Order: sequence, then structure tokens, then C-alpha cells
Amino acid sequence: MTHPAWLDRFCEWLKVTPFSVALQSASWAVPLVQTIHIFAIGAVIASGLMIALRTLGWVAPDQTLARANLRLLRVIWWALPVLLFSGILMISAEPARSLENPAFLLKMGLLLLSIVVNLAYQAPLKRDPDFWELSRSRRRLGQLIAFLSLALWVGVIVSGRWIAYVEAG
Amino acid sequence: MVTLDELLHGLKETGFATAIREDGAWFPWLESIHVLGVTILIGSIGLLELRLIGLTSLNRPVSRVLKDVLPITWGAFAVSIISGFLLFASNAPTYAANAFFLSKAVLLVAAGLNAFGFHTFVERSIAKWDSAARTPLPARLSGVFSLLMWVGIVVCGRWVGFTLVPTP
Repeated sequence: MTHPAWLDRFCEWLKVTPFSVALQSASWAVPLVQTIHIFAIGAVIASGLMIALRTLGWVAPDQTLARANLRLLRVIWWALPVLLFSGILMISAEPARSLENPAFLLKMGLLLLSIVVNLAYQAPLKRDPDFWELSRSRRRLGQLIAFLSLALWVGVIVSGRWIAYVEAG
Repeated sequence: MVTLDELLHGLKETGFATAIREDGAWFPWLESIHVLGVTILIGSIGLLELRLIGLTSLNRPVSRVLKDVLPITWGAFAVSIISGFLLFASNAPTYAANAFFLSKAVLLVAAGLNAFGFHTFVERSIAKWDSAARTPLPARLSGVFSLLMWVGIVVCGRWVGFTLVPTP
């Protein structure tokens, strides 16, 4: 895979910034940040799974769909900044290994898709919290979207693991 | 009498362990499944412990949160243990000699004992504090202890990957 020259230059520049050098020189920094990243993604994937199972009524049947979603989305909203921040730290520590890695690009692509899918699910809820429950077909569509979102997060995690195995460059 | 060392080497030489070690794709795929299992495991445990400690889902009974979370936790635990065992088998003697791997195993047992203690002793009186935002001290301690163990388990697991290079 060839990369645009600006990306090569950016990686070269980032790699020698004091911040990146500091992260590289402490052998515990990367695994520590990875551990934090794993916990944050654990919060997202477990909550996403609960949301998906709630659309089937398998989880939290005592709460309305809207209430259960709100409760679990709050967990996800806490985790997302942690994911973003720890992710930026990992990129800073090893710019080319991540930014020029096909597995990383796939991960970002799946993440983008997941964001689009989630926004499509959330948008109508602003007007009507019960939007996805008003008819049978909407309920079906809501289930489909919840599981699609979950599948995308699974893809994000798996492609994230493969960054370590796919050759960058 | 078979020694532990012979057992570990025997495990490493089994057909499936050899395949995982020598076929380039097996190991990363198993690792992906392991990470997936572990993230769902710690995420679901976290949702429960945070309720016990008094940080989330406070308007829901603890028993309800337990009921929601436990099937997910057990499913994810099964996936993690099976995939973890297969990864371990591929290089059993090396893993068994790794301090982080051994620490991870010890912490895992501690987390298991804590869960057992919660279900047999603490949960017995759950009817009295099920809907309370503030659970009794043993319940909160059990939640904090569990979270600490799981943080330790993930830290050690991640460090295994950095201190142990799988040998072909």
C-alpha cells in the first residue's frame, strides 16, 4: 500500500515530538494505555450488547426501551472520550504502525459507519422517545439497527487487534 | 508419574496446539475472539459492580441488574476461558513460566472466590437492600475488590503480550 506523502511526513514529524519520544521511552506506557483502551471499549461493547438485547426484550424488560437506552448510552458517552484520548496516545507512541496500517484504516472505517448508524438511530428519538416502538416494522428496524451497530463494534475490536499483525506500510 | 513440565510440553505438542502455533492466522484470530470475550466480560461485570458500589443504575434493583448482566457475563467468560486456553496451549511451557501469566491466573482465582463469596454470603440478604441506592458495606467491598481484580487481570494479560514472544 502506498501512502500520501503528507501522511509519511506527518508520521515522521509526530515520531520525534517530545511527547511521542516520552511515550516510546517508557516501556510501560503503551501497555498501560492499551489496558485503559480495553476497559473503555469493554464499557461500550457491553452496553451496546445490552441495548441490542433490550430491543428483543431479553434484558431490562422492566424498563421502557427509551429509559434503558438512556441509562446504557450514558455509560457509552463516558467511555467514548476515554477511547478517543487513549487512542490518540497510542497513535502518538507509534504513528506509522497505526496510521499507515490497513487494519487501522479498516477499524476507522467501521467506526465511522458505526457513528452514522448510531446517529440514524438516535436522531428520531429526540422528537419522540418511543419512535422505534410505534409500529411492528419500526420495532424490527430498530432491532436491526441495534444489532448492526453491535456487529460494527465487534468489527472495530477485531480489526483493532489485527493492527498488531498486519504489516504497516 | 508425569511431571508438570512434561504435561505442559505434551500440551504444546498436541495437534491443535501445534496448528495454532504454526499456522499464521490461527493465533491472531483466537486473540481477537479472546479480546472480544474479555471486553464483554469486564464491561458486563463493570455494570454490575458499579451498581453495587452505588455509581450507576441506582433506580434499578440490584437483583434486576444481576439478572440482566449475569447470562452475558457467563457467556463471555466461557468464550474467554476457551480461547485463552487455546492460546495458552500453543506455547504452554513458556506461558507457565511467565510471571504476568501466573499473576493473571492468581488474580482470576481471587476474582472467582470473590464472586462465589458474593453469591453465597452477601446476596443472601439481598431482599433487604435490593432497591437501596446505598448497598451494605460487604456488597460495596465485594464490588470494589472485583473491579480491582479485573483491572489487575487485564493489566497482566496485556503485559504477557509484551514480555513473551511466541516461539515457532
